[in-house]
Amino acid sequence: MERIDPRARSDIYGLRINRAPYAWRVRSVPYVTIMLGSLLPVLLIADLMPLFPSLGFLLLLGWRMVRPGLLPLWAGAPLGAFDDLVSGQPFGSAILLWSLAMIVIELIETRFPWRGFWQDWFTAGVIAVSYWFAALLVSGASVTPEMFIVALPQALLSVMLYPIIARMVAGLDRFRLARARKID
Amino acid sequence: MAPPSSRRSGFSKKAQFSLFTGYLLAGAGAVLGLALLALSLWQPAAFAPLRGVASDVVAPVGTGGAVTRSGSQGFFATISGYFNAGQQNAELRRENELARIRLAEADAIKAENQRLKGLLDLRDGEAKPVAMARLVGSTATSVRRHAYISAGTSSGVAPGMPVLSERGVIGRVLETGRNSARVLLLTDSESVLPVRRAKDNVIAFAEGRGDGLLRIRLVNLGVNPLKVGDMMVTSGAGGYYRPGVAVAVIAKITPDGGIARLVAEPSATNFVAVEPVHEAAAVAELEDTVLPGPSPAAGATPTPTPAPPSGAAAGEE
Repeated sequence: MERIDPRARSDIYGLRINRAPYAWRVRSVPYVTIMLGSLLPVLLIADLMPLFPSLGFLLLLGWRMVRPGLLPLWAGAPLGAFDDLVSGQPFGSAILLWSLAMIVIELIETRFPWRGFWQDWFTAGVIAVSYWFAALLVSGASVTPEMFIVALPQALLSVMLYPIIARMVAGLDRFRLARARKID
Repeated sequence: MAPPSSRRSGFSKKAQFSLFTGYLLAGAGAVLGLALLALSLWQPAAFAPLRGVASDVVAPVGTGGAVTRSGSQGFFATISGYFNAGQQNAELRRENELARIRLAEADAIKAENQRLKGLLDLRDGEAKPVAMARLVGSTATSVRRHAYISAGTSSGVAPGMPVLSERGVIGRVLETGRNSARVLLLTDSESVLPVRRAKDNVIAFAEGRGDGLLRIRLVNLGVNPLKVGDMMVTSGAGGYYRPGVAVAVIAKITPDGGIARLVAEPSATNFVAVEPVHEAAAVAELEDTVLPGPSPAAGATPTPTPAPPSGAAAGEE
């Protein structure tokens, strides 16, 4: 069979016979990528103004939308706690906002069980913009008009980035479930 | 796409309970977050040790990023240098000649300065830095402007110490970890710094606007003496910074002062020096009399209520 078509006994996750995914990958990839997303903006730039949307939050939204039911409902609290440690926001802001976002998505999902890409984007966009605004309010700084204008591109970027993030998460999900382990 | 059927509980008691527990835990997480948020807005320093540990872990990783950051900026400068090399060459030669003349003048002034200082018996303002560190990164997602440096309590860095680059003031230390520290940048909207004009003694406050610029507010209102291009330097009031370090250049005039651009931009900075608090004894005394509570990173203003590092206590002003 393989001589005719080398991919005959495989699907997008790889060969099906005699192979299994790594258990550690299946469990850890979503959490690790979200935490890396929280870290990345801190490491790469040292700038005068907020530029980048919260990549950790966008990845959380991505994983939640692309793979419903994979992250438990309470995952927002511990992941948010990690984000708070490095993001510069007062400790507790991401714990609160990420938990609320998870609950809101869950409620939307029970209300509209059948969803498509456009509805996902709409939901993610509305939640990302609300998160941006709430984070601005609870940042502990007095919000000035200049600050608001400077932070606007962040809101726009977080909405526009969702499709890319969703594709990225789908790719990471394939990596997560790839049958890389040989069973002997 | 419908949610997986495993998440519909149906009549299974077990599934119903686990669904309920999920909601309960998520709600508890949100409530916990709200409580922690209220606590950290009320007492900004409460979670400093926790964040110190996190930044200690992050700092070594960020050092690699800092190298590429400064490297890439040099890379673009090199390319643009090729395009206008001839014109730049002529300009630089002319500037160089001017600079030589000015340097000679400055030497004369320096000599005179020393003589006058000797007469007044003032001590020299140069301070020996506590530590040299790499600027690791900054909070790029939050509207708060904090940066991380790769030196902490193990090298003698303490909250309140000024952080300077070779060009001018970057900010001051807010929280310290063992091998890293968090710096409040000048452009943070909670940062206030007493400054004066370099050539005379027009006194003002430089406040961060949160958008990369500083608002210069004159202390003595009246006719605004500032002009575009004026250099503002630290005045030394408040005791945190030594006087005469470059801070910002006026870019726009407003009725009560001006809008200024930073001299030392964190994005173009690789290494910084952490200097000791200039008048440590005076600062300690000020804090004892004004703020009874422990407020390690209280502001650099000489006003009775020093600007706290976070907006929690800003309501008092």
